[in-house]
Amino acid sequence: MNTFLAQHLAAQRDALCRLVAAPLNTVLSLLVIGIALALPSAGWVVLDNLRGITGSASGVQQVSIFMVMDASKKETGEIEARLREARAGNWRFVSRDEALKRLQASEGMAEIIASLPRNPLPDAFVVEPSNTQPESLEQLARTFSGWPKVAHVQLDSAWVKRFDTFLRIGKLSISLLGGLFAVALVVVTFNTIRLQILAQASEIEVAKLIGATDAFIRRPFQYFGALQGALGGLFAALLVFLGSLLLAEPVGELVSLYGAMFALHGLSPGNIAALAAIGAVLGWMGAQLSVAIHLRHIG
Amino acid sequence: MIACSNVSKHYPQGPEALKEVSFAIEAGEMVFITGHSGAGKSTLFRLLAAIERPTSGSIVVNGQNLAALRKSAIPYLRRNFGLIFQDQKLLFDRSVLDNVLLPLAIVGLPAIDAVRRARAALDKVGLLEREKANPIALSGGEQQRLAIARAVVNRPAILLADEPTTNLDSESAADILEIFRAFHQVGVTIVIATHDPQWMARLAPRVIQLERGHLLGGSA
Repeated sequence: MNTFLAQHLAAQRDALCRLVAAPLNTVLSLLVIGIALALPSAGWVVLDNLRGITGSASGVQQVSIFMVMDASKKETGEIEARLREARAGNWRFVSRDEALKRLQASEGMAEIIASLPRNPLPDAFVVEPSNTQPESLEQLARTFSGWPKVAHVQLDSAWVKRFDTFLRIGKLSISLLGGLFAVALVVVTFNTIRLQILAQASEIEVAKLIGATDAFIRRPFQYFGALQGALGGLFAALLVFLGSLLLAEPVGELVSLYGAMFALHGLSPGNIAALAAIGAVLGWMGAQLSVAIHLRHIG
Repeated sequence: MIACSNVSKHYPQGPEALKEVSFAIEAGEMVFITGHSGAGKSTLFRLLAAIERPTSGSIVVNGQNLAALRKSAIPYLRRNFGLIFQDQKLLFDRSVLDNVLLPLAIVGLPAIDAVRRARAALDKVGLLEREKANPIALSGGEQQRLAIARAVVNRPAILLADEPTTNLDSESAADILEIFRAFHQVGVTIVIATHDPQWMARLAPRVIQLERGHLLGGSA
């Protein structure tokens, strides 16, 4: 066990020495790996923020029923009765006066509304269906449309659904991008290690001749690949952090224009650790592949 | 300790390098494998060190049949040997001491013990005061002694050398032989392939003579 540990420590030290011994190569490799990892991570951060925006809304699926403008108390009462009978879920009545009051409370709307000759809003019902399956929502909307004196039925979930679809596409694209860059990272490490192996071909040959196992020969390269990948991952996290710092102000401005509360969030410590771990694993894989091919080549 | 029976080796598109060679070497023996160049000495060296496998026949070292050895077991087998190569295979990107430390790193000896043992090995071949030098700065004889120090630092039971005195002047060659004799006296089995039998009389080794792949003298 002691021997085992000592050999691993020696291999780690060897890997670290090699990183430090060629600072220019190290910086260039870290740049390539950092950028390769930063692009998908930045995409992930953007998606994660967008998901945050819709997070509160996506749970609520609403169907709004707007009455015709001249609907009487009796006619809205009829709809109320039908809703109660349909048992479609929770619902509440929003009278045209209540709707106007709410609108007046919104920024900049008070003056506009004051200038109107009369209340332009209809009575409405907001239904929160218990069954939120898209098909049953559509079905419900069709039923509501058929009811008397109903002017318009709106599925408020539609935009959320569209947005969700958009997010799904975004997530898929980023996964594909991430996959491609992961391959790139493995290839970059593969090549770096290949150059090192060529530079140390005589040492590898001699070591093998005097009793080194393949594991002994592989070890320093694996640690080198993993270390370089992990550092590249941290560098990627730094790039994403700098990017989100630059974006924070304009995003804040944009958001305040919509009067919304939203703060851009970057990578969490867990995300950063994951990024370093992914870099390490991919670097290790590249190194492993490179040494395995060389060892097979020299028999 | 080493038993070869009916060992043959063909190289593709080449002549038969070894034909039905059989011999046995006991523990503690000193054996010279002699013959002209092309007789098969180096081939035999590579077969004994498990660098190559025989085309037919069996080589048993320490009870292990080399022909049947799994690839992953070869490194452990090699650790029984101190190997001295014709081209020495020293590493010129590190010091004399670091060259001798390599076999100890391979077996995972702790650094402090390793340095002590490497210095002891360098001392035995008279290179202790050159430990910080780069091997490129050593003379031919010193490089050969360094190769021996690296081969013996793991205290192997068998020392296998391929043409260890080629390209050396007679004085350096005599030094090298003295070193081999010293190891032989402490019980190490020594097998030396050489085409240059001038100093055989002094060491009185057992001789296995090869000619064009056939065994001529020596006991089977």
